[in-house]
Amino acid sequence: MSKAIPHGDIGRPASVVTEGSRVRWLLIGTAIAFLALFLVLPLVTVFVQAFAKGWEAYLAAFTEQDAHAAIRLTLIVAAIAVPFNVVFGIMASWAIAKFEFAGKNLLVTLIDLPFSVSPVVSGLIYVLVFGAQGLIGPWLIEHDIQIIFAVPGIVLATIFVTFPFVARQLIPLMQEQGTAEEEAALTLGASGWHAFRTVTLPNIRWGLLYSVLLCNARAMGEFGAVSVVSGHIRGLTNTLPLHVEILYNEYNFVASFAVASLLAGLALVTLAVKSGLEWRYSADIAAGARGH
Amino acid sequence: MAQSLRPRRRFRQPSVIPGFGLTLGYTLTCLGVIVLLPLAALVTRASGLGLSGIWDVATDPRVASALRVSFGVSLLAALTASVFGFLIAWVLTRYTFPGRKIVDAVVDLPFALPTAVAGIALASLYAPNGLVGAQLAKFGIEAAYTPVGIYIAMVFIGLPFAVRTVQPLIVEIDREIEEASATLGATRLHTLVRVVLPPLIPAVLTGFALAFARGVGEYGSIIFIAGNLPYVSEIAPLLIVIKLSEFDYGGACAIATIMLGISFVTLLAINLIQAWSRRRFGYV
Amino acid sequence: MTGSTAIRVENLSKTFDTAAVLHDFTLDVRAGELLALLGPSGSGKTTLLRIIAGLDFPDAGRIVFGAEDATKLPVQQRAVGFVFQHYALFKHMSVADNIAYGLNARKRSERPAKAEITRRVGDLLDLIKLSGFADRYPSQLSGGQRQRIALARALAVEPRVLLLDEPFGALDAQVRKDLRRWLREIHDRTGQTTIFVTHDQDEALELSDRVAVLDKGRLEQVGTPDEVQEAPVSATVLKFLGDTIEVEAIAQAGEVRVDGQLTPVVAPAGLVGPVKLYARPWQLQFAEADRAHLHGTVRSSYRTQGRQRIEVDRPGGKTVVVEASDTARLAAGLPVGLRIVGGHVFPN
Repeated sequence: MSKAIPHGDIGRPASVVTEGSRVRWLLIGTAIAFLALFLVLPLVTVFVQAFAKGWEAYLAAFTEQDAHAAIRLTLIVAAIAVPFNVVFGIMASWAIAKFEFAGKNLLVTLIDLPFSVSPVVSGLIYVLVFGAQGLIGPWLIEHDIQIIFAVPGIVLATIFVTFPFVARQLIPLMQEQGTAEEEAALTLGASGWHAFRTVTLPNIRWGLLYSVLLCNARAMGEFGAVSVVSGHIRGLTNTLPLHVEILYNEYNFVASFAVASLLAGLALVTLAVKSGLEWRYSADIAAGARGH
Repeated sequence: MAQSLRPRRRFRQPSVIPGFGLTLGYTLTCLGVIVLLPLAALVTRASGLGLSGIWDVATDPRVASALRVSFGVSLLAALTASVFGFLIAWVLTRYTFPGRKIVDAVVDLPFALPTAVAGIALASLYAPNGLVGAQLAKFGIEAAYTPVGIYIAMVFIGLPFAVRTVQPLIVEIDREIEEASATLGATRLHTLVRVVLPPLIPAVLTGFALAFARGVGEYGSIIFIAGNLPYVSEIAPLLIVIKLSEFDYGGACAIATIMLGISFVTLLAINLIQAWSRRRFGYV
Repeated sequence: MTGSTAIRVENLSKTFDTAAVLHDFTLDVRAGELLALLGPSGSGKTTLLRIIAGLDFPDAGRIVFGAEDATKLPVQQRAVGFVFQHYALFKHMSVADNIAYGLNARKRSERPAKAEITRRVGDLLDLIKLSGFADRYPSQLSGGQRQRIALARALAVEPRVLLLDEPFGALDAQVRKDLRRWLREIHDRTGQTTIFVTHDQDEALELSDRVAVLDKGRLEQVGTPDEVQEAPVSATVLKFLGDTIEVEAIAQAGEVRVDGQLTPVVAPAGLVGPVKLYARPWQLQFAEADRAHLHGTVRSSYRTQGRQRIEVDRPGGKTVVVEASDTARLAAGLPVGLRIVGGHVFPN
């Protein structure tokens, strides 16, 4: 009745809580193959296509005025949207994590709301408020203020889609850390602001950096919402992703992929720094890392 | 002893920590201006149409077809993402192999890669003369410009949700539970099916719902590969854009409202799943 | 009630990474006995239990169940009942499903009929005095109740041996005491060969038929609770079984002297020269200075459970604890003499 079971490698006993090594390698192989096909291959394609006609063609894509304008606009939008959401995220997580009050769960759900709204709908709602036919559209036209099909609209739509990023990362983190340290600081005579700067902020800095990174990636890469509010005016209201679309639709593939490679590079840097943060400071960011 | 002994329900529990008024006020203002007010504009506009108005738009053949494509394909894609997402999460947490950390990082690629970039990359890969498209063509499968292309883009976009919702729970599985099952004579397969899997089901469902919701709303990564043929491979978000460009705000609002409604139902479902799981297993 | 060898552990060695956990370990477990594996943490006792269960595998040596070499037998086929320290109950299953799990996991051909399973579960619930809890979930039970369910689950498969890993480790003091008595009762009623791991001397001595004392991956001694207490084979065993006082002594011709004074302690044959004498707190008595082996001053005294414990500072900075029946409290600073009335000697 005794069937011999494999003892595993020398010094590595066969564990009873894992699958046989053949099954294990089959599953690992399947997982890697799936990821390679669905995730890695598209990424590689971006760079392959971008360099399909060599360096010169690649670089030519960035000499255009429109490309410069798109890069500039993308940076401006991110430079407004990200700090806005950092301030909002810190404020919201302070209120939510450090205090007990009625309706807190509802507030958290509402902050999360933009995540479950289609990007296109996110753009649409701003058109409905600020557009020519929108709620305050006529008033805006009267005062010669342009929001839709202009930079303010793009900024607003970007803030909307990245709205939950920082808050949702910081809330669980601050909740986990509780209020004891801040209370200790206050009993030692620190002001609230001082306690925040010297006690709270150091505790959340890695989580904050982590969320800023993801927020920035999304802000620079947002397509659907921005596409709806931008009006695609070349040189004026085109961000990098919109520029990619225009070039692609003009069959200017090399230029399109060249600009896309810039964004893909940003994504890779984001992933690398994000993973680095996770490996080194996993405990400091873990509370907020469930889902995005 | 002038105070009443009956505990008074109050809005906020007392605390010595300062800044409640400021931070909550700021939070509510931002939330109101950025999120709630614009969403209210949509709701106002949609309620102007009335239920019958929305119904009229929804039953328009082109719209109905787009909604069917968006929801149907997203369902299939979320299913695929859930199955492979579970497998990937399992492999990443339970096995050690060279490059595991890199593979783990790769999973987040769809979170980080702008959707338009993913869109043109998928389109060029799956085009009839593309690297993968040419192979598929040999088997008579057309991916680009058909619902198959939409499906591929939705799997791409949904996968990280499926992986990242189950992964932390697989990490938390108590090995002793599996050992207990083994000492009681259960085969490995029996242990997996009866002991390991059931507590993970709520997380798998949550991941599925998230991937589904994301797929339904997705725009950028789909429109390039989909070909956007009306009645075949046109998705609902694109139809909103089209209606907007035709200045048909009512039509756009009606489709948006339907999609928003589905999002809320999905969100509600997720919350119910998690509440149920907390009651049953004591954790999410 | 105890008899032939049920399990034989032969020359077992196990190394984790680079640290050796078990060295050439040999132990016989008799059929029907309740054996305690006693040792400090890191002594290898849990590893030994897991190797017997088939949850870990030895680098060398054999495990024999009756006449069958079980060394390479997979855990599923060993028919052991393992009770985990933290119970490892299946949270998503009711109590009844937990207990029936091992039976339901069997191949269809070997699985008892549904009615039979229900009956067995009922019997086990009666045995652990939790009838009426069948439909509860583990999260609705107290720690002690969970522990009993875990035991019933292990017993349900009618194991050849019951293995318990620190079975009372996670429970509070009172529940622990009740469960100890109850486990002994269950054992007496079922006659099930049982091995349990503990680091608590009282638990091992109170509960078991025999105690195996482990230290640093080696078997120091195995014997009945009386044997290990009355005739410890090493200072390690002695020290591990309770508080001791360590005194320098000289052995000669079977006699042991402390500070030149003869003690009633007998030195084993062949042990000559400077030795260590180990005595329990109650093996010291207050005595007149000329009859005392040790001298010192009272540092403090306190009462516990009808006994008085007195800390005495000896010259050279050493402190000994003496246990005396409840007498008048001794004032701190009082010079006292102590006489050794019993103990053991071991080589330096």
